[in-house]
Amino acid sequence: MLKLHIDVVNKRKLWYAISAVLLLVGLASLLFRGLNLGIDFTGGNIMQLQFSQNVAAEDLRALVSSYVETTPSIQASEDNIFLIRTEDMSEETSTVLLEQINTELSSYDILRNERIGPVIGAELIANAWWALLLALALMLLYITIRFRFNFAVSAIVPLMHDALMVVGIFSILQIEVDSTFVAAILTVLGYSINSTIVIFDRIRENRELHSKQGFTDLINESINQTLGRSINTSVAVLLLVLCLFLFGGDTTKAFSLALVIGVFAGAYSSVFIAGSILADLTKLRGVDKNEIRAAKKGKKNDEKILV
Amino acid sequence: MKKGAIWLCLFGAVLAVAVACSWGYLKENLNLGLDLRGGAEVVLQAVPEDGQTVTADDMEALKEIMRKRVDNIGVSEPLIQLEGSDRIIVQLAGVDNPDEAISILGRTAKLEFRGPRGDVILTGADLADAKGVRNPGATNPREENVISLQFSDEGSKKFADATARYLNQTISIYIDGEEIMSPTVNQIISTGQAQITGGYTLEQAVSEAAVLKGGALPVDVEVMSKRTVGPSLGADSLQKSLYAGLTGMLLLLVFIILYYRLPGVVAAVSLVVYTLILTWLIAWLNITLTLPGIAGFVLSIGMAVDANIVIYERLREEIANDKSLPAAVTASFRRALWTILDSNITTLIAAAVLFQFGTGSIQGFAVTLAVGIVVSMFSALVVTHYLLKWCADVPSFAKHIGLFTSVKGGVGRA
Repeated sequence: MLKLHIDVVNKRKLWYAISAVLLLVGLASLLFRGLNLGIDFTGGNIMQLQFSQNVAAEDLRALVSSYVETTPSIQASEDNIFLIRTEDMSEETSTVLLEQINTELSSYDILRNERIGPVIGAELIANAWWALLLALALMLLYITIRFRFNFAVSAIVPLMHDALMVVGIFSILQIEVDSTFVAAILTVLGYSINSTIVIFDRIRENRELHSKQGFTDLINESINQTLGRSINTSVAVLLLVLCLFLFGGDTTKAFSLALVIGVFAGAYSSVFIAGSILADLTKLRGVDKNEIRAAKKGKKNDEKILV
Repeated sequence: MKKGAIWLCLFGAVLAVAVACSWGYLKENLNLGLDLRGGAEVVLQAVPEDGQTVTADDMEALKEIMRKRVDNIGVSEPLIQLEGSDRIIVQLAGVDNPDEAISILGRTAKLEFRGPRGDVILTGADLADAKGVRNPGATNPREENVISLQFSDEGSKKFADATARYLNQTISIYIDGEEIMSPTVNQIISTGQAQITGGYTLEQAVSEAAVLKGGALPVDVEVMSKRTVGPSLGADSLQKSLYAGLTGMLLLLVFIILYYRLPGVVAAVSLVVYTLILTWLIAWLNITLTLPGIAGFVLSIGMAVDANIVIYERLREEIANDKSLPAAVTASFRRALWTILDSNITTLIAAAVLFQFGTGSIQGFAVTLAVGIVVSMFSALVVTHYLLKWCADVPSFAKHIGLFTSVKGGVGRA
């Protein structure tokens, strides 16, 4: 077996502290700087043009500025490719603008041309919240049925931790988020809960096998028994998402970065946070029913061992 | 030779043939989304006239006309769907000039022939056919390319009557309220044919004719959002994500083989089977593969490998607990079954919610992820299971327990 043995549950204050510090920094950034919302959320236009001749960014900016009120963002990359972001422009306006760019600056190929109306953006945000809430509620329900309520809560809380971690880091780095960001967050939740369930499953099994062991020790034991799986799966998934991040196209960079951060956060929270919360929650809610039933049957099962 | 070895050889042969046969078919039949091969997606919002509402019939008619227009542009397999009560989403993958396609779709295309006093004689509803053609006999550059109209029987009759009534007067042709031309009628036209000369290029004449032929929209529409991706950007994204995905998968296979030895090889084979099945399913179910979809695919490989890891960690424990190899294999699968089911069902819940709330490419991602999770359970619980059982049945494998685990246990007794 793996030599590594971590006393997870008894050092839980340390893990809570680490997470709290990271989350607070993320929250502070969210509060003061917010997220860099892309046009999927705010509404607006994005055009990516590849010009056939050299074009100066200032000329392009001046031209685009004459069509919109707020300052457009012009981003140049290699091969005469320019990314133009503006506030919401009507179809007619953008057609005229494109025409004028063609006649005054240079001809071009349109690589990408997107427009999101402000209404759609608002709907997207509302949908994202509903999706998140519904997913959490359904998972809570499923885990309560398959395990019990304490387990469900202990599995769901780390998910919020993971989501907040990703959102927080994106806020700190001010990376633009689009609708795929929502998908990335939900995927991270799916991955993280997967890991937590594997650990909880072991706790459930061990409890049936060794009902006399103290619950805290039992959690610790279960986490360590599944540590090999936790580490190896995380390595495997990280290999995949890191490759996507490093070698994938620009359009998936932000998406895969969210996955990389999320897989890290999810692996950490499954091992260090979920079990710890379960221990605290069980302590807080007192003896759980199984133990009472067992005690009633006259089994030697005193409360001390639950702590 | 033991049974296990025969099965293994047979399985290997079948897999090799399957991989060889799949490549060509899948390359042709995978349904790539517009972000991977270029194309356009547009969300159109119906805008009723003042005091009116948009009815379900209007939306159905709108959908039908959109379908006709798309057909006339010559795009194969468009995706046209209604969203809510007053929106329509049109997706055109693989179209060469996506921006122009969108401008064509958004047109109201109300064709009207009006008499000298503004009375409406004919509308687009009277058309039987419209074509954009070169006009070889043109004397004026404005007339080089024309839209040639053919009216329906009833339309022809109306046109004949009108040309008789307004002989030597003008009849004006309006498209979307804009006067295109006002020719003077110099003879009665009973053939039901007319030409619109509007100084078009041939291209314009063809697309204008296509729009007119498709019919006018029952309500005005407004472009709510649009997305166009040029073919070159799409191809670039596809190539990069394929490359990234393959590299990641290769690294993953190396890792799992190095760590888990013979079972690692089994897992690697099982992952290849998994990838093959999932790709076939995507082709068969006609799921559109989008950029996030590829990411979902890659991620579900991670989930598939996880199921194997859960089983193998069990296997190591069982072997360490002095079980014989076949017994350890059976026990590890039995005990891992519910772990895998519970953990995957919770993830499946996330994917289902994502599908329900997402649109477009996010839905593609959710479907890929969900199908991937189901297939991954199959590949781990069935494919890996049998392969491992057969391996344990081969004496030269079973003799060397070190092939199965680095853990020292009492397994020599197996």
